Amino acid sequence: MHTKTIAQLSAALRSGEISSVELTTLFLARIKQHNPALNCYISITEAQALEAAATADRRLKEGDATPLTGIPIAHKDIFCTEGVKTTCGSKMLDNFIAPYESTCTAKFAAAGAVMLGKSNMDEFAMGSSNETSYYGAVKNPWDQGRVPGGSSGGSVAAVAARLAPAATGTDTGGSIRQPAALCGLTGLKPTYGRVSRYGMIAFASSLDQAGPVTYSAEDAALLMNVMAGFDERDSTSVEREVPDYTAELTNSIEGLKIGLPKEYFDGGLDDSIARVIESAIQAYEALGAVVKEISLPNTALAVPTYYVVAPAECSTNLSRFDGVRFGHRCDDPKDLFDLYTRSRGEGFGAEVKRRIMIGTYVLSAGYYDAYYLKAQKIRRLISEDFRAAFETVDVIMGPTAPSTAFKLGEKADDPVTMYLSDIYTIAVNMAGLPAASIPAGFVDGLPVGLQVIGNYFEESRLLNVAHQYQQATDWHLQVPAEFQ
Amino acid sequence: MEWEVVIGLEIHAQLATRSKIFSGASTAYGAAPNTQACAVDLGLPGVLPVLNREAVRMAVKFGLAIDAQITPRSVFARKNYFYPDLPKGYQISQFELPVVGVGQLEIQVEGKAPRVIGVTRAHLEEDAGKSLHEDFHGSTGIDLNRAGTPLLEIVSEPDLRSAKEAVAYMKKVHSLVQYLEICDGNMQEGSFRCDANVSVRPMGQAALGTRSEIKNLNSFRFVERAINIEVERQIDLIEGGGKVVQETRLYDSDKDETRSMRSKEEAFDYRYFPDPDLLPLEIDEAYIEAVRQSLPELPDARKGRFIAELGLGEYEAGVLTASRELADYFEEAVKVAGDDARRTANWVMGDLLGALNRVGKEIAESPVSAELLGGMLRRINDNTISGKIAKQVFECMWNGEGDADTIIEQKGLKQVTDSGAIEKIIDEIIASNPGQVEQYRAGKEKLFGFFVGQVMKATQGKANPAQVNELLKQKLAG
Amino acid sequence: MSVDQTDITKVALLARLEIDEADVPQYVDNLSNILALVEQMNEVDTDRVVPMAHPLDAAQRLRPDEVTEVDQRDRFQALAPQVEAGLYLVPKVIE
Repeated sequence: MHTKTIAQLSAALRSGEISSVELTTLFLARIKQHNPALNCYISITEAQALEAAATADRRLKEGDATPLTGIPIAHKDIFCTEGVKTTCGSKMLDNFIAPYESTCTAKFAAAGAVMLGKSNMDEFAMGSSNETSYYGAVKNPWDQGRVPGGSSGGSVAAVAARLAPAATGTDTGGSIRQPAALCGLTGLKPTYGRVSRYGMIAFASSLDQAGPVTYSAEDAALLMNVMAGFDERDSTSVEREVPDYTAELTNSIEGLKIGLPKEYFDGGLDDSIARVIESAIQAYEALGAVVKEISLPNTALAVPTYYVVAPAECSTNLSRFDGVRFGHRCDDPKDLFDLYTRSRGEGFGAEVKRRIMIGTYVLSAGYYDAYYLKAQKIRRLISEDFRAAFETVDVIMGPTAPSTAFKLGEKADDPVTMYLSDIYTIAVNMAGLPAASIPAGFVDGLPVGLQVIGNYFEESRLLNVAHQYQQATDWHLQVPAEFQ
Repeated sequence: MEWEVVIGLEIHAQLATRSKIFSGASTAYGAAPNTQACAVDLGLPGVLPVLNREAVRMAVKFGLAIDAQITPRSVFARKNYFYPDLPKGYQISQFELPVVGVGQLEIQVEGKAPRVIGVTRAHLEEDAGKSLHEDFHGSTGIDLNRAGTPLLEIVSEPDLRSAKEAVAYMKKVHSLVQYLEICDGNMQEGSFRCDANVSVRPMGQAALGTRSEIKNLNSFRFVERAINIEVERQIDLIEGGGKVVQETRLYDSDKDETRSMRSKEEAFDYRYFPDPDLLPLEIDEAYIEAVRQSLPELPDARKGRFIAELGLGEYEAGVLTASRELADYFEEAVKVAGDDARRTANWVMGDLLGALNRVGKEIAESPVSAELLGGMLRRINDNTISGKIAKQVFECMWNGEGDADTIIEQKGLKQVTDSGAIEKIIDEIIASNPGQVEQYRAGKEKLFGFFVGQVMKATQGKANPAQVNELLKQKLAG
Repeated sequence: MSVDQTDITKVALLARLEIDEADVPQYVDNLSNILALVEQMNEVDTDRVVPMAHPLDAAQRLRPDEVTEVDQRDRFQALAPQVEAGLYLVPKVIE
């Protein structure tokens, strides 16, 4: 039962083959069994889960169910969940019981989904390996000596190990797609503004976007049907109709124009990964798609630009953690300055401090134009590259990450090398486009992800493109041996 | 050396919205601490701001009232600094692109020619909370009810040349925001306050001197005192061979001095940048036109109308239009009185404001309403009572004894206009004062007043003064 | 551009972060490397490019001026390290 997709579980719940309480109990048992090794959950909300499951069972009986009613789910610990500890992977919020519910998680609750717990993550979503969490590193279910990727590493590892049939994640520079690639899952970052950011603890406000982590594109569509939509509490939320994301899944992709950016296939890409991506592209050609080489000339600038924009925004987003109204406060502050510096110095980990410092530096007097303004201009150039590309192609494909999962600790001491693991994902956030990572094969037993980038608000097309591939392949159904 | 004073004011007017600028919490004054600080105001993790429509409309109204350019696409920026009354560690404000651009206002100091003062900009921002420094075992208490209240910060050019001009400008803005109904103007509650940038330079020098910024002045009197004291301090400093340093100072009204605010560990570096949680504020021509149509008559226009239509003098019209409430009161009184707006003006500016001033009340709290005053003036205009008797009637009205007609009736104050009765009294007075009559007839004409006084005494002031004059002249002429 | 110890100290002060003296050299190193990465931006001429602050070319939506929030002080202050009489307490602020 634990290896079934949501679409299958939903059918099983409706047919009465299994109840939500049984299903929830099953996943809770798996969590208890495997979480100590994988460390993918920070909080397990057993009592609430069982209560929600019982309610879901009543709804199922009364015929008032949505496709997600009774489906267990893990939420990244970046979403405020009322009455439940919400840490954002930080010591700063180790004592923070959220007093309100994020829009995104509230929608899942309203649909009848059952929250199993809050998943581990890089501290404040800053990281690409899930090693910056105050709650310890998450292990990759495919090889526990390796990282699951980040920052949604807990969500992705939980789903990959079948400790949840689906999870929410957030993606600021690749934080859904890169771990999805490293753990062999389907991860979607929607168009900026498609999913409400209200109640999602901000890292970089102009880049952050929540999305689903699932086995299949079909499951991702089911989650998107719940998550997407306008929210009056978020000024950057887009007032635009939400389609049924499952409606176009089965459309033919005959004649689909795929763009392959030449910049994604040179230099830094591991040969073995390139081969996996190439065979995925061949599979698409076999399905009737047409491939074309394109150029995204400013690709190499995405990472440098990101490391100005994201730290700048985060440096001020994180100023509210000051030890006054909530969160960590140092012992016996001798004055206000001491209260601030020690509470923040103790509450934040090394990577968060680094980014706050970079962000503070690039915004400070005398540097603003050279760094921040310059970055905003390059951001425009990067967006325009995509705009031009989408005039000639329907989707863009390439690798999600330059390598498979790396060893725990391998890049932890070298921020710049770590940052470069998001080289293919970051530009998408700069432009605000939707993109998915889908499982496309293995190298040395480790999953490889294919990134599919779509035009603004074309999530339906992305999911269709992913689904058609998943009808022809079974990479997305592979489960690590230990967790089958 | 002769010094020129250069002042610019940054006025903070709290906008009279029901809810906060970026949240749905109430802005009502005086609630128990932190009961009006919602998740957004507290800067809880994950919350987001959404802009209040009414705050925008109010800012545009102000912009139009000072003939300013309304920015078609203005931007909200974060001003970053740590302070306990600033929950997010940044204030959402506007920096490079404020909603209201360059405008202007005319001011007049009594006895001087009017001057036009430039307004550099006006921008929307959120207010901070309050720090309560009473002792909580060596701690400071923070109340965030005020955090997120919409502010319009109105920045003047350094065009003001004296403390008196600064006060005149501040009063003008104060009047304007109340006319526009965008701010209640309550200075005690901090709804209207200002920072003053003050510098001095040798008369004739073009370059500006180094300025200091005096923070949080919340009364007209303090603005005048603080500026004068700061000017004196700067001049003394420079003449003593010292140098003014650019700094923030506080005015201590108890000690009547300004002092440097303890430097806050560092030079300020606000790291302004566009707030990524908010999108650009777009305001189109149609919207501006609609707001323009909704503007009330503004003080300058009303003053002009008082002069042209009601025959008031420049000074009277200026005083009566200084506040919307006073102007409304005056116009209502004129309407009821039915005639002679100048007489109404004199009564409002003299007796009424005098009486209010003595008891420290505002026009809105006047025990004599515009209707009551107008009713009394109507009785002067139709000769029911004399101006002198009216003083008595006014006092009775002030004490709550009813309207003018009731008081005149009850106290028998109606003017004697029966010429037969007046003649009879005059005859008696002439008869009983033969000496004075003789002297008067011999040319000592100033005795005329004595006879008027006698008649008034005999009639308890109720004789019609014009009639008395007329008849006395006839009779005394013999 | 590389940063030195003074920059680190200044930035840490601005950001209100206590940094262990012993960690300063590592921060100098890290930040210098990150800035070296960032400075690849200078390879492109952006003189005539309009800065982009937001991924979507949209305008701010406005909220009706209505009071929609109720008092939740007790709930919120349950999260606070130190409160008294409804106030958040901090070490004495001297003005």
